[in-house]
Amino acid sequence: MNEYKPRILIAKPGLDGHDRGAKVIARALRDAGMEVIYTGLRQTPEMIVEAALQEDVDAIGLSILSGAHTVLVPRIMTLMRENEMADVPVFLGGIIPPEDAAAMQEAGIAGIFGPGASIDEISRFIWDQIRLPNA
Amino acid sequence: MFPLEQHILRALDGSVRSLARLITRIENSPDEARQIVKQVYHQGGHAHVVGITGPPGSGKSSLVTELAKAIRKRSLTVAIIAVDPTSPFTGGALLGDRVRMRDLSGDKGVFIRSMASRGQLGGLAQATGAVVQLLDAAGYDVILVETVGAGQAEVDIAAAAHTTLVIEAPGMGDDVQSIKAGILEIADILVVNKADRPGVERTVNALRSMLQLGPTGGTRHHGRIVQNHVTLEEQDPDAWQIPVHKTSATTGTGIAELVDLITRHARHLRDTSQWLEREKQRGQKELEVLLFDHFLRRFRSELPVEYEQQIIEAIARRELDPYSAIDQLLAQTNQ
Ligand SMILES: Nc1nc2c(ncn2[C@@H]2O[C@H](COP(=O)(O)OP(=O)(O)OP(=O)(O)O)[C@@H](O)[C@H]2O)c(=O)[nH]1
Ligand SMILES: [Mg+2]
Repeated sequence: MNEYKPRILIAKPGLDGHDRGAKVIARALRDAGMEVIYTGLRQTPEMIVEAALQEDVDAIGLSILSGAHTVLVPRIMTLMRENEMADVPVFLGGIIPPEDAAAMQEAGIAGIFGPGASIDEISRFIWDQIRLPNA
Repeated sequence: MFPLEQHILRALDGSVRSLARLITRIENSPDEARQIVKQVYHQGGHAHVVGITGPPGSGKSSLVTELAKAIRKRSLTVAIIAVDPTSPFTGGALLGDRVRMRDLSGDKGVFIRSMASRGQLGGLAQATGAVVQLLDAAGYDVILVETVGAGQAEVDIAAAAHTTLVIEAPGMGDDVQSIKAGILEIADILVVNKADRPGVERTVNALRSMLQLGPTGGTRHHGRIVQNHVTLEEQDPDAWQIPVHKTSATTGTGIAELVDLITRHARHLRDTSQWLEREKQRGQKELEVLLFDHFLRRFRSELPVEYEQQIIEAIARRELDPYSAIDQLLAQTNQ
């Protein structure tokens, strides 16, 4: 239990009304030994980046079902850069149409996990990301 | 990104990025915590540290949010540390207090940090102590520390504050058995939250009778609860009468008055020189923890691990009593 504890922000941007999926991910990552900061429903990009900044997270997971990712993600990535957090990996969960994947990656998203993704997969992804040299 | 020194300079200069990174380093490394505290300690001493503890779900985070809003209206800045338990099985933690704090977002005069208790011996107290020093040096006027009043370590954290609030709620606190006696011992202000719910008066009465001190409530004299039936003024100007105060974080009832009580407690501590006394108590506690840690680590570094293990086994098998074991261990390290 003495090993490094990744701090992960799980955020639910957008206006759709339930956060079951986000909570499942949050609990699963906790069970994988991580410290998960959970902020609740209807987070604006400003709220998400502010929480990430204050909590000094190693990675951010965004759960998006509403289809608003094309607007939300670029805004979040801009705010991340403005707040000296360009090096913090951001991954997406939820429903992202395959044809948008390239645009998301271009916007700086480090990983996309659809509804079928396993927790092992996500957890391994996070560990790989934070092992990148990063002082 | 930056060396420690530079993060410290930047944090003291208002960089939230560096402040947040330093807190992580405090959490992850006692050595770095020490370096950081060494460099910032003399710049602190201005903040009013308020501990908020109480049973799960009593409304601590909601109340912290309302308190922070009310304090901000008085043009003071606020830092919040919200501690949640680490799972003993997985070592992970779900830190969810921010869910209740969304009203505070977008305010640059508020800094919120979630911390997992992690559960090393004394480690949490040490880490939160260092984080409080850092936030104080960074210039936050009021530091609110929320912990769940469940484990002793968590209660100790809240009790290390200048002012400690114990939060109860109707239906949780009206059964005298359910109120932890130890928790009442540390309270400077007892809060019955969820006053919009039925059964508040029963909880208030239960708490008052827990204080065992008649209708006016208990008084605290130099940190100790004393029994008395005379009025505050007659008794001793140094005494603090522990109020039982009703709030509703949902409707806002009693919040402004609670801030007044907190302010009054701070003034009381300063007027009676008990502020310095609390600082001394805090200093003593911190010193003890650090000394313990230092000697334990030095001791272990001078001793082969197997040797300690052998001794432990001998104690377990009753071939050796613990006191003789200490003699043997000390003899071993002294040569
Ligand atoms: N009716 C009513 N509900 C409240 C009040 N304060 C908080 N609650 C509700 O009580 C629940 C728990 O509130 P929190 O603020 O998360 O309580 P907490 O003590 O921080 O909980 P933990 O951190 O999990 O121990 C939430 O559903 C709140 O909306 C209040 O004054 N009145
Ligand atoms: Mg809480």
